[in-house]
Amino acid sequence: MKARTLFEKVWDAHVVEPETAETPAVLYVDLHLVHEVTSPQAFDVLRERKLRVRRPERTIATMDHSIPTTPGSKRFAIADPQAAAQLRRLEENCAEFDIELHALGTEGQGIVHIIGPELGLTQPGHTIVCGDSHTSTHGAFGALAFGVGTSEVGHVLATQCVLQRKARTLEVRVDGQLRPGVTAKDLILAVIARIGVGGGTGHVLEYTGSAVRALSMEQRMTVCNMSIEAGARAGMIAPDDTTFEYLAKTPRAPKGAAWDRALASWRALPSDAGAAYHRAVAIDGSALEPMITYGTNPGMALPLGGRVPDPAAIPDAAARASLEKALRYMDLRPGQPLLGQEINVVFIGSCTNSRIEDLRGAASVLRGRKVAKGVRVLVVPGSRRVKHAAEAEGLDRVFSDAGAEWREPGCSMCIAMNGDQLEPGQYAVSTSNRNFEGRQGKGGRTFLASPLTAAAAAVAGRIADPRELAR
Amino acid sequence: MEPIRRIVARTVVLPQRDVDTDQIIPARYLKTTERTGLGQALFADWRYDKDGKPRPEFPLNQPEAQGAGVLVAGANFGCGSSREHAPWALRDFGFRAVVSSSIADIFRSNALKNGLVPVVLDAEAHQKLLASPGAQVTIDLETRTLAADGLTAPFPLDPFARHCLMNGIDELGFLVSQSRAIDAWEEAACAR
Ligand code: SF4
Repeated sequence: MKARTLFEKVWDAHVVEPETAETPAVLYVDLHLVHEVTSPQAFDVLRERKLRVRRPERTIATMDHSIPTTPGSKRFAIADPQAAAQLRRLEENCAEFDIELHALGTEGQGIVHIIGPELGLTQPGHTIVCGDSHTSTHGAFGALAFGVGTSEVGHVLATQCVLQRKARTLEVRVDGQLRPGVTAKDLILAVIARIGVGGGTGHVLEYTGSAVRALSMEQRMTVCNMSIEAGARAGMIAPDDTTFEYLAKTPRAPKGAAWDRALASWRALPSDAGAAYHRAVAIDGSALEPMITYGTNPGMALPLGGRVPDPAAIPDAAARASLEKALRYMDLRPGQPLLGQEINVVFIGSCTNSRIEDLRGAASVLRGRKVAKGVRVLVVPGSRRVKHAAEAEGLDRVFSDAGAEWREPGCSMCIAMNGDQLEPGQYAVSTSNRNFEGRQGKGGRTFLASPLTAAAAAVAGRIADPRELAR
Repeated sequence: MEPIRRIVARTVVLPQRDVDTDQIIPARYLKTTERTGLGQALFADWRYDKDGKPRPEFPLNQPEAQGAGVLVAGANFGCGSSREHAPWALRDFGFRAVVSSSIADIFRSNALKNGLVPVVLDAEAHQKLLASPGAQVTIDLETRTLAADGLTAPFPLDPFARHCLMNGIDELGFLVSQSRAIDAWEEAACAR
């Protein structure tokens, strides 16, 4: 048999009808994740067409995007009536169509891409979709996971399938060993800077190499999460013992004999020797530095010690115009060092970096230190489980003692839909995934970085190197 | 959906590349549970100043933009978030096609489901259109070509997407018609 990649194996195993020149493939979806923002119109379509949810047991919903994260906030005590109505609508839709919902205030609630893995619902070899582009996160387990729009949310609710043309594959090989202070976030920012925000279009990325193999599951999720920021359809990492150990501890992974059977099939998933990718890039993991963005898309990133690039040095007119516009928005000067840039807010959270290891990382920098005067620091755990785990370790006290806000789980300032937002002109160092204009609040300016770098900025009140603090 | 065979309309040019869906429609407008009325919010943060007044220099606010039906944008249009509110807003404003040299995957897929035709041209044809705002263009789905003054350029369009657009078929109906095959697949998967 022909040598196949991880992607091809998962794809082949889910083809209900193969693609032809005339029609795309009908691809079966094992797990469908749902949240309040991109689902109401899809449920409306089901009602209009008198359709049922085909597999409610393969569908799971949570509230994350538009909920408040104010400490101690009560269920539905939501200032914004539109957001409250949207949340109520999700509750009604889940009740009507018999879908498991992790509502605000319940134990299982959290950011959609945090709760799937922590419940053990995200499994190797699965196909997973959600009306959310960061569904790519789940690829860390060797699942084929991608974001879809609301129409396709309706397709999956009604038929448990999506129509897809098979993507091309791009191997992103990162060998070597990450140096101390360099995290998975830095790795993926370096990848995006290298291939560009449109560089992955039409492709599924597979991350390979010794630096990737050495990452924990949480770090792998950080990497796969941002695959979409390179324009990729999905990002995947082959499952291995790290994956299986993580899964064995989750409540909904298979148990007993079912586990043994699953494990045998998971072990067959990694790409075969000699399997061909359409494209490949290689990055030296040992040479990576902590990264930070300076512009208004995630590809505009530099090593922390770098200087803001000069548009005048860019020959391509469109690229030059794009950089000029970004620097105007960010109010940064060409040649300016990023280290030392004053900031107003630090946001530690989002589906990229709000898991327990991320919080431990941030706490390791903040422990025994104080947040700089005048800087607001929000720490937002990704889920209620993460929140409890952090509190059991005393991380909440580390953050509070330092002067940071320890908040309730949700998307929060990653998307600024719920009142957690930057003021116009403010600078933030953020562990989230998008530095687009206005993403964290109209007129707000975002530097994307790792939890370590974000915590160092919180202490310094300016962009700072976490490795200096560690010394 | 209404069948689309040909679009004859004037263009508006937004030359920036990497226009993300957060710019097309900022997240604060996503609290709606409807699909309609989003044209107001299209490019809100670029279109209006802080007092909510239209910025005269923004292409969509210029008099020639009134009644335009085709948006010509820089490369990698529609990157970022999967929000289908982006094509909903573009359609509601009156756009029927988006032209670029590359279009992000999820946005393209969402556009097709809403009768917004994604037209990807080669760099040369794209440049010409970027340089001539307000041009009258004809987009023909039958021949998969875009024609403007002194320019005829082919564009790729998936045969299935084209069939759906030209016949006003929506994909959900097609998928629902596959239910036998889906039943069979599920049965076989259970047995595995
Ligand atoms: S944390 Fe941000 S990127 Fe992740 S799902 Fe929420 S809004 Fe989207």
